[in-house]
Amino acid sequence: MKRRDFFRNTVPILLPTLVHGMSFRAWATSPFPFLKAAGAAGGAGEGRVVVLIQLSGGNDGLNTVIPLEYYDAYYKARANIAIPREKVLRLQGNDKTGLHPAMPELQQLFNMGKLTMVQGVSYPQPNFSHFRATDIWLTGADSDRVLPTGWAGRYLDEEYPQFPNNYPNPDMPDPLAIQVGSLVSPALQGPALTMGMAITNPNSFYDLINDRSAPAAPTRAGDQLAYIREMAVKTDQYAGVIKNAAQKVSRQSDCYPPTGKNPLADQLKIVARLIAGGLKTRFYLVSMGGFDTHAKQTDNTDTTTGNHAKLLGRLSEAINAFVDDLGGLKVENRVIGMTFSEFGRRIQSNASGGTDHGAAAPVFIFGGKVQSGIIGQNPTWPDKLTVNDNLMMQYDFRAIYSTLLEKWFLADEATAEAVLFKAFEPVSFIA
Amino acid sequence: MANPVTVTSGIRRYKGEWTETQVAHLLRRTMFGASRADAGYFLKHSPRKAVRELVRTEYPLPGPPVNTYNDDKYTDPEIAAGADWTVSLKYDGMNNYRRRNSFKSWWLGLMLDQDRSLREKMVLFWHNHFVTESNNVDNALFCYRYNALLREHALGNFRELTRAVTTEPAMLRYLNGYANTKKAPDENYGRELQELFTVGKGPDSRYTESDVKAAARVLTGYTINYKTYSSSFDHNRHDETDKQFSAFYGNTIIRGIKGAAATAELDQLVDMIFSREEVSRFICRKLYRFFVYHQIDDATEQNVIRPLASLFRKKDYEIKPVLEELLCSRHFFDPANYGSMIKSPIDFTVGLCREFNVSFPDAGQYADQYGVWEQMRNQAAGLQQNIGDPPNVAGWQAYYQEPEYDKLWISSDTLPKRNQFTDRMLGGGLGRNGRKVVIDPVAFAASLSGADDPDKLIAASARALYSIDLSPEEQQFMKTNILLSGLTGMASDHYWTNAWTTYKENPGDKAARDTVNNKLKALYRHLMDLPEYQLM
Repeated sequence: MKRRDFFRNTVPILLPTLVHGMSFRAWATSPFPFLKAAGAAGGAGEGRVVVLIQLSGGNDGLNTVIPLEYYDAYYKARANIAIPREKVLRLQGNDKTGLHPAMPELQQLFNMGKLTMVQGVSYPQPNFSHFRATDIWLTGADSDRVLPTGWAGRYLDEEYPQFPNNYPNPDMPDPLAIQVGSLVSPALQGPALTMGMAITNPNSFYDLINDRSAPAAPTRAGDQLAYIREMAVKTDQYAGVIKNAAQKVSRQSDCYPPTGKNPLADQLKIVARLIAGGLKTRFYLVSMGGFDTHAKQTDNTDTTTGNHAKLLGRLSEAINAFVDDLGGLKVENRVIGMTFSEFGRRIQSNASGGTDHGAAAPVFIFGGKVQSGIIGQNPTWPDKLTVNDNLMMQYDFRAIYSTLLEKWFLADEATAEAVLFKAFEPVSFIA
Repeated sequence: MANPVTVTSGIRRYKGEWTETQVAHLLRRTMFGASRADAGYFLKHSPRKAVRELVRTEYPLPGPPVNTYNDDKYTDPEIAAGADWTVSLKYDGMNNYRRRNSFKSWWLGLMLDQDRSLREKMVLFWHNHFVTESNNVDNALFCYRYNALLREHALGNFRELTRAVTTEPAMLRYLNGYANTKKAPDENYGRELQELFTVGKGPDSRYTESDVKAAARVLTGYTINYKTYSSSFDHNRHDETDKQFSAFYGNTIIRGIKGAAATAELDQLVDMIFSREEVSRFICRKLYRFFVYHQIDDATEQNVIRPLASLFRKKDYEIKPVLEELLCSRHFFDPANYGSMIKSPIDFTVGLCREFNVSFPDAGQYADQYGVWEQMRNQAAGLQQNIGDPPNVAGWQAYYQEPEYDKLWISSDTLPKRNQFTDRMLGGGLGRNGRKVVIDPVAFAASLSGADDPDKLIAASARALYSIDLSPEEQQFMKTNILLSGLTGMASDHYWTNAWTTYKENPGDKAARDTVNNKLKALYRHLMDLPEYQLM
């Protein structure tokens, strides 16, 4: 019997447990004798971690990574929101491309050799629906194909084929993947079940490690709820390992803003703590929303400020604090992070001072082992631009996934191809 | 656990708000789950009329279980497939456990298909009160008849029910009444009759060991006839001497009667026990714990239990007036009691099916129908409530064990299983012969008002499924992370609205349906994973 047949024919024994704002998902053990030994799981890249930062709403790549090389065309396409040439942040050794002025930290990371950018990431026949495009990115699907599983979930299923049966075990005592700040992402959906767990609310993480429970109302129902929550924590087989890992880290970077000011930074702070605390978890997923900037993307009087600038400022601040923290905690060489968004935005701005749904956009990749630089070209477009024109794809997003699998997790080509359903040429962003 | 809140409201009639909140509270407590249809129906009533209808409407008694148990190893030579097996008087190793199984599944089906009536909930109440275990009773017909007896008397007269239960074969068998003779008295039933079934173990219940012995002697002589599968009285085995009771029973003497007329002694015994006020209090406390809240503090004892018990006696132990009074009371509708109970496994499993209007195979496919009922019953059994087989004569611990009571339903074993069950009902569901029994989240959302508006949809879903309010933060979280795939800001709501409208305008478009179906599945999975869904 093939493994997949087994999953189809078997009712999984699910052991999810819930705490207010925190949904663990773990699974009961049962014999599962015919698969490769658990000790072999994890692959050669064990110990290495991928952190995925999802920017929900469709980030305007053209105002994030600015084509100085073609500044006039850029300005002409979107005069009402264009970043003034002199305000664009310059990059060391590259005068053709610059960054939005809200991201001085990312500028610095680039100059330090810890950040790379891949231009024009998309896929053939891009979809302009948030929901569908998000699913395409999370599942790693062709535009016209609906997949029931997530790309990271499929990889984890290849590496840890017995999961959840016989997990946790001494070789993999920890969650395979952890989502912070949201529900478990569809990216982590495996063939039969999710391969990840969620810490939906950062507060609940600190409640757990400090033995606090979420406050319950002083009512009859509140008393019952408090009991059920307490039972949920006790029940979860991963609560203990998370708590232990967190407690091994007593000091984190001062670069993080105060709690509550930057939700992405709050999420990444937890991720750094768990990585440094020794979890063998392979994927962490974090997210921030608000990138659906149809209107008032910038301030009218100063296009370097406004909604999009605030979002990019938080992104830059959060990534910088995270990288600094990983360095201080001596784990930066174990971690690669990448940002992604379901699509970029239209080349032309609209009359509401915003941008509508678009296609290709740049992806940031960071970490101690990235090969710094800019991969791909600054985008170009015809002189006679229409409102419907979009940036062309230079790299398929799955080529980046494939690179992470093959060059970072050291999965073999066949595995990467099985996970992504076809072979993709690796992109060279890993040193 | 300390009672965090004292509720001082009493049994005066409730005349407050009558919104979905109150209706759902009433329905979850008196039926299994608050179905959309029932909630809509009773919303048009007043509280009093709603309770009256639930308590007083006389629905026909259900038809008997049928043969759905033929399989590759056995075909019933006597009872045709789909036919009533309770007419059979032949029981053997092949048919008995199959029929017992059939009976238990049939019962679960009655809960799923219940009328707008308190009756099925009261059958469960009496089953947990006058406990018998089918594993122990063994004979399938006894089990069925006992259950039918509880249903027939469910909203009748408590004294008459007690009298009837006492000589019912299932009970004679379960507590050894059939073996209780003048030569070898068996005190089992005589003890439980007082300790568990009538006067109870409260501080004012002061019956003695000699009362147990005397009652046992009254009860000698009843036997089971295994040819007719009925109980009978054999006066030769009856103790014809006088039975002296203690001061608790006013030093009553039940005079020994000779011959077949000696069954009148049992009538006297029951009357004597029911002359004690404590009987009414004991049952009213048990009803209160079953319908309202596990803890009875002084305020509740004085404001609720005492007046109810007094009414119970005044009405000569008729059950309906007491339930009507309790369920119409300000105390019952006190917001402090909303969500104050942890759902029993039956409330959890059957309630879920009814709340989501999960459709089951109909009677035409009786084998599949019973098969899926059995699966549902096994789900509840896995959550530690196996109907027909409580753990012991005292019933399920969660209904009586101080101080935890209904918290005992939730353990490190059962809480994950509860989450597993709700997940499963949204995913693969239960099934038989390709017939899937599963939640349709799209149909459920469509039954709510404002499904096209993500805020309204989440609020309406929470109102339909929860007994307590969902915090605005949690609603926002669900909207952003589930319905809007991470999109934030007021301007994002239309993405859900578009998706929903697109589906409604093109119900046959698979992609449009998948989009809303996947999000709604995730929404309801999350709503039912949260601890709030454990409460009612």
